[in-house]
Amino acid sequence: MSQDFRLDKIGLINRDKKISFKFNGKSYFGYEGDTLASALIANGVHLVGRSFKYHRPRGFFGAGVDEPYAIVQLYRNNETDPNVRATEQELFEGLEATSVNCWPSVNFDIGAINNFLNKFFPAGFYYKTFMWPKSFWYKVYEPFIRKAAGFGVASIKHDQERYEHKYEYCDLLITGSGPSGLASAYAAAINGARVILAEDKPRFGGSLLTSEVNIGNQSGKEWAEKIITELKGMPNVIVKNRAQVFGYYDHNMLVMSERINDHLPKSKKYSPKQRLWYIRAKEVVISSGSIERPLVFGNNDTPGVVLSSAAKEYLKVYGVLVGRNPLIFTNNDSAYETAIEFKKNGIWPIVLDTRSNPESEIIDEAKRMGIDIKFSYVVIAAKGYKKVKSAEIAKISEDKKDLGKIENLNCDCICVSGFWTPTIHLASQSGNKTKFNKEIDAFVPNQPKQEETTVGSANGVFNLEETLKKSFEVGHKLSKKITNKDNKVSVPQVVEKKTTQHDKFWCVPLPKGKKYKRFLDFQNDVAVTDIELALREGYRSIEHVKRYTTLGMATDQGKTSNLNGLQLVSNVENKIVPEVGHTTFRPPYTPVTIGAIVGREVGKHSKPTRKSPMHLWHEKNNAVFVDAGVWLRPRYYKRSNETLFEASKREATNVRKNVGVCDVTTLGKIDIKGPDAAELLNRVYTNAWLKLPVGKARYGAMLREDGIVMDDGTTTRILENHYHMTTTTAQAANVLSHLEYYLQVVWPELNVNVVSTTEQWAGAAIAGPKSRDVLQKLFPDINVSNEDLPFMGYIESNLFGVHARIFRISFSGELAYEVNVESDNGNFMWEKIMEIGKEFEIQPYGTEALSTLRIEMGHVAGSELDGRTIPYDNSLEGMVSKKKDFIGKRSLNREAFIAKDRQKVVGVVPLDKKTSIPEGSHLVKDANAKLPNPKLGHISASCWSVEYNNPFSLAILHDGKNMIGEKLFALSPLKNKSIAVEIVSSHYVDPKGERVRS
Amino acid sequence: MLHIKCPYCGMRSQNEFAYGGDASVKRPELNKETTDSEWDSFVYLRKSLRGKHLELWHHISGCRQWFKVQRDTATHEIFKTLKPSEDI
Ligand SMILES: [Zn+2]
Repeated sequence: MSQDFRLDKIGLINRDKKISFKFNGKSYFGYEGDTLASALIANGVHLVGRSFKYHRPRGFFGAGVDEPYAIVQLYRNNETDPNVRATEQELFEGLEATSVNCWPSVNFDIGAINNFLNKFFPAGFYYKTFMWPKSFWYKVYEPFIRKAAGFGVASIKHDQERYEHKYEYCDLLITGSGPSGLASAYAAAINGARVILAEDKPRFGGSLLTSEVNIGNQSGKEWAEKIITELKGMPNVIVKNRAQVFGYYDHNMLVMSERINDHLPKSKKYSPKQRLWYIRAKEVVISSGSIERPLVFGNNDTPGVVLSSAAKEYLKVYGVLVGRNPLIFTNNDSAYETAIEFKKNGIWPIVLDTRSNPESEIIDEAKRMGIDIKFSYVVIAAKGYKKVKSAEIAKISEDKKDLGKIENLNCDCICVSGFWTPTIHLASQSGNKTKFNKEIDAFVPNQPKQEETTVGSANGVFNLEETLKKSFEVGHKLSKKITNKDNKVSVPQVVEKKTTQHDKFWCVPLPKGKKYKRFLDFQNDVAVTDIELALREGYRSIEHVKRYTTLGMATDQGKTSNLNGLQLVSNVENKIVPEVGHTTFRPPYTPVTIGAIVGREVGKHSKPTRKSPMHLWHEKNNAVFVDAGVWLRPRYYKRSNETLFEASKREATNVRKNVGVCDVTTLGKIDIKGPDAAELLNRVYTNAWLKLPVGKARYGAMLREDGIVMDDGTTTRILENHYHMTTTTAQAANVLSHLEYYLQVVWPELNVNVVSTTEQWAGAAIAGPKSRDVLQKLFPDINVSNEDLPFMGYIESNLFGVHARIFRISFSGELAYEVNVESDNGNFMWEKIMEIGKEFEIQPYGTEALSTLRIEMGHVAGSELDGRTIPYDNSLEGMVSKKKDFIGKRSLNREAFIAKDRQKVVGVVPLDKKTSIPEGSHLVKDANAKLPNPKLGHISASCWSVEYNNPFSLAILHDGKNMIGEKLFALSPLKNKSIAVEIVSSHYVDPKGERVRS
Repeated sequence: MLHIKCPYCGMRSQNEFAYGGDASVKRPELNKETTDSEWDSFVYLRKSLRGKHLELWHHISGCRQWFKVQRDTATHEIFKTLKPSEDI
């Protein structure tokens, strides 16, 4: 296939390397160095999509980040990306892309009927049209709008690509490698600063790639190449292309997305697809340039209407003509560069200039070249549906109000230039209160809030000589502040063409009787009439107008639409633009992939997985694991075809009958040392701690200052001034922070140190009537009789040569011990316990059996200590000291906390002794009462009691104390269950606690 | 992301820290009578001011020390960081 719109001798593409690709199923070819957009235009493809609301045909408008139309679905290496800008996507072998926003196809589009029904879709059309009836929204309106509005389709497959995050610090971050960026980077680098220079495009140089200027006796492009080569060779400089700084956050933190492999058919080995850089810069130089402003006229969204700067870029960088019969429509000098470029390449353009008689070097040159220029002329409307075929043009009066006779002019593209809008997004994001510059009719940065300086055309300076001079100065001045060095570079001689004043005129009036749509926001289909309507309907704030009309939303973020929208509002309202103000620019400046934001933190990498030293043993013995906070814990050990229910019942029964062993390594452990350790515990826990003897453990509950139970556990006095505290697995980190807070901030006079030792100790709980037999055999050196090691006793011994701590504490309610050894010996301990326990029929048990055992004993745990309960609610009021003060005590006097009918933990048994009660069920008096059925309490934990062989639950129940023996209903609308239940004591098994003391 | 100077470790990124609330709140002394309203304002009442705010931060992924930060709640500017024992 021939490339009818490719020129032979111009461009920076590599013509030795042909690349084939597909668009909407059709095969084409381009060259290495092309973008998808330039390659399509070279092949004469101008129809790439449909617009958002009216489904009007869409072509290309820009040549880079500013592109509002040409958004495609991209296929690469069996993956797909939605919403990729064709103007930014570099061509690679085998690239496939399809249009979005058209259904069923780009050439025949059902939504295009909206174009003829456009009364249906004025400003606020979502709000007005699709609201009623409400039930239609989900079933009818939303699916229809979604399908018809298109946008790309996100892949539902797991993304196989790798994304990385990188953190970097530097002295100067420079965002953009145009003349201002290069000059400031070079000056700062020469002066010893650590510099990062980021360029969004694949090629460095910005406007120097396409402008006809001379710097230090070289072309602009050659100068840029020289500077970049030098910068790349300097050890204090990082130079990145394909890297967009998209967000400016607090304390000079900027985020940059680097597209490392997006331009290749497949990511290189060991290299991420994209990398997200978090850069903390001492100083930021914003050199992001400016974006050409559109002119507003009838059907200005027709494919073939392009920015004049984009037409020049397609020509000079890619050797591609946007048309062979171009019409150039401008209100300023810069479009003449495009006209001259066309002419140099043998194409005859016609220029329409809104100004009456401007004079400048570049206009003179165009005249000398014989280019046809019509002054005081405007385009009224583009003609043609899927591509521009001609234009209606007319002379315009000096006051820009009256149009002359309409003439028809054949053309195949209209290159527009409405002057330039500085790209102030980053400055605005950083908090810079921008100001309106009347000279250029645009906002520019003003007083910086953070350490940022904007240079070049981003600052409203369009003259190269001044830009270079200022940028060298800024680079030197900022670096000097940091490095204290004073190495200067001399500013090179600049040759450029002088320009003259642009015309403030930008919106062509409609001739009488014509109803052409004139678009302001091409991406969101916002036309002049939409803004006018919003204002007529009473919208005043620009922020409201934006939301009502969708002006400047989505990925456009006001890049091409912003200023024209503001100017229109100000004209209608008879205000000046700065009074209208602009909408807030928010990051990201350009879309960022979810992959880059997430980075490596996917799947198993999304959080750390902690495993106990006995993990491998559990694995080998068919443990089924469960996530417990960051830990993996055995839930049960599966034998043959056992279900969870069967296995946990077997394990729990064996603890009650013989002996079991449970891995309790995950419990939080805090080592507490110091002369005031006892005093700290006495203040932290609700019960008394000053008289706990060495070699004894005690159970304690701690509160928050608001009286709510924070955590519970046992603490053991190892030595006079040395304690070992245990916390629940879930609260371990919070309890440590809590202790540190009181020690460092509230009571710094207490001489105590705390440190987490959770990972230093491996723990095994040995529980059941035969546990003492196992323990005695494990520790033959000591006597572990009930007298020598009583309940809540503590002793140290050696386990076959390994030092061990032995605590006689119990969570299961059985006679039980917890043995701790240093983590490295954990597996040794475990295997010894299993080996010795064999003759006593020991079995390992998991968290499910552990829960069963504690629930039927009425031991409260996380499901009762849920951040809403006080000691009384958990039947822990006996542990609340009346004599001493402690954290949260004062709150326990609150009226609600001492109410006679205060909620309390109770036991719940189904009347049929068969139906398990779902956790979370509500307890109610009358199962059939009218809704909302008054709730008396909720089921906090459920199990199958192995002691009584029927279901048993714990509940937090209103007036629980006086409810024992009552018959209620447990309702679970989620599980569709209504169960008749009886309220019993929470201590269902061994209510006197004899077993633990046996 | 804020850049916070831990008085013990120096400048670090915000993700190493946890926010710890208003630093001007003083816990009533232990074993001392407090009125309901004194206790109520200690536990529950906090100013939500715009401007300079003295607050606590905890260097949880660092030295594990609590310290004071004077920060502007509107601009995030940090004026000063101090050890808990120091006063502004
Ligand atoms: Zn620190």
